[in-house]
Amino acid sequence: MILKGKVWKYGDNIDTDLIIPARYLNTSDPKELAKHCLEDLDINFAKSVKEGDFIVGGKNFGSGSSREHAPVSIKAAGVGAVLAKSFARIFYRNAINIGLPILELKEEDIEDISTGDELEIDTGKGIVRNLTKQREYKAPPFPEFLQEIIQLGGLLNYVEKKLKERGEI
Amino acid sequence: MGQTIAEKIISAHVGREVIVGEIVKAKVDFAYANDITAPLAINHLENLGLKKVFDPERVGLIPDHFAPNKDIKSAEQCKKVREFAKKYGIKNYFEVGRMGIEHVLLPEEGIALPGMLIVGADSHTCTLGAFGAFATGVGSTDFAAAVALGEVWLKVPETIKFIYYGKMGKWVTSKDLILYTIGKIGVAGATYKVMEFTGEVINNLSMDARATITNMAIEAGGKTGIIEPDDVTEMYIKDIAKWPYKIYKSDKDAQYAEVYEFDVSKIEPQVAFPHLPENTKPISEVGNIKIDQAFIGSCTNGKLEDLELAAQILKGKKIHPDVRMIVIPATPKIYREAMRRGLIDIFMEAGATVSAPTCGPCLGGHMGVLAKGERAISTTNRNFVGRMGHPESEVYLASPAIAAASAILGRIGSPEEVEL
Repeated sequence: MILKGKVWKYGDNIDTDLIIPARYLNTSDPKELAKHCLEDLDINFAKSVKEGDFIVGGKNFGSGSSREHAPVSIKAAGVGAVLAKSFARIFYRNAINIGLPILELKEEDIEDISTGDELEIDTGKGIVRNLTKQREYKAPPFPEFLQEIIQLGGLLNYVEKKLKERGEI
Repeated sequence: MGQTIAEKIISAHVGREVIVGEIVKAKVDFAYANDITAPLAINHLENLGLKKVFDPERVGLIPDHFAPNKDIKSAEQCKKVREFAKKYGIKNYFEVGRMGIEHVLLPEEGIALPGMLIVGADSHTCTLGAFGAFATGVGSTDFAAAVALGEVWLKVPETIKFIYYGKMGKWVTSKDLILYTIGKIGVAGATYKVMEFTGEVINNLSMDARATITNMAIEAGGKTGIIEPDDVTEMYIKDIAKWPYKIYKSDKDAQYAEVYEFDVSKIEPQVAFPHLPENTKPISEVGNIKIDQAFIGSCTNGKLEDLELAAQILKGKKIHPDVRMIVIPATPKIYREAMRRGLIDIFMEAGATVSAPTCGPCLGGHMGVLAKGERAISTTNRNFVGRMGHPESEVYLASPAIAAASAILGRIGSPEEVEL
């Protein structure tokens, strides 16, 4: 999959309370959640983000709670992918499970990217081209099983496949 | 080569000896979710047309976050969970009145047992590692998959060993040990790793105190926290265990990513400053920080031992006139026992309010939301921006002893400053 969009750059430890505050967790409607994505960090984000834009974070992106509402709100806001120096583990698995592309880049590569940069990402190959700065970065490949989930478009499609194999749906 | 307790439990649930770093599909013994995480999973499962859950005895649904229902939307979410539980015959559904905070309630129910592999759609599922289980927090889709298939995908994690020795100071609690540890290794210090807590200090802790330590493994990024079962564990579970269980212990030659040793006699009560649990300071270096609210409760410190400690300090004292103190026992059982022991009376006599079990204030949900510019001392686990309310409010994390003393003083302080 080739994605193209502009960068919204943030710092380290962007936790799930910043991504979607608990006061909005009384719904699981993705559209509603998207309206409040990153609200306490950047009030302009949800209003101004364009379909296909990217979030670029620092270390430990998505730390804190297990709320899948966090990656759901990011995906529903139209974000094409999240890039970071590192991800907190539950956010990492939630993103993969719901089919939100995430890429872990080297620290210096993340430092090189600025808000407003235009990126082109080949998610399959893990190649990120910074069109603004004319540079290229590479993310390490995902383990085999995660590639299978990503190719299926998320864990639910895997579950559906398994249940059909077992004749349970 | 030897294995750690976590590697042994995962191996037993994969059916072969696993290797650190590989991704495996493991059998799940118990899967649970709450009123915030379950609805997303229920939407998924209904869309799939699921006919039955993998085992109705081994699924837990606990509406504890925004229950008792805080608003109409929350009521709709709880209703969705309730109807799903009925439709699929879920045995471990806990209605308001019988409901407590999930990670405290499940051990009480004899559901968290040694050797089990447990997934919970809540990050503090790691709490259950205190009972010798491998218990890890996952998202709603993971929970849906576990409910449908009875399995979960896992990367076999490395383990970091933490050894605690020495004598704990008078007002030092297990909360201080875990805050101190997070202060040392940082909020991403154990990302993707298991935190195995060991040593003479841990062996001498009660199950309540142990569960406070494993509870906050996630605050260092850990996949889980775990403590090897011993006599204290067996004494706790022997009469309540719902299922047969198996005790695993780490081999002497098990491989650890890192080993830390802490002399607890050098650890003072800790306070984690906004806005990260790693921003810890010993109480002697806190300075003059006035507070508006003191909260004692949550999956971290809403247990009987926590309430007893707070009551010991609050007995015969009055809460500072500028402070609102809120106490929430984590489960109905704890609430009733606190009542029998006269603790509720002590709290109310001091001028605190005591509420029904809920996660409410910890995540800024209800029952004690902070206004702009307000400060709270809290026995909870997170002090992120906006965690307990307005994005410009502040949360300081500490033990029930520090929270109780601070409520009396009107500023963050130690029980030593309160005439006992």
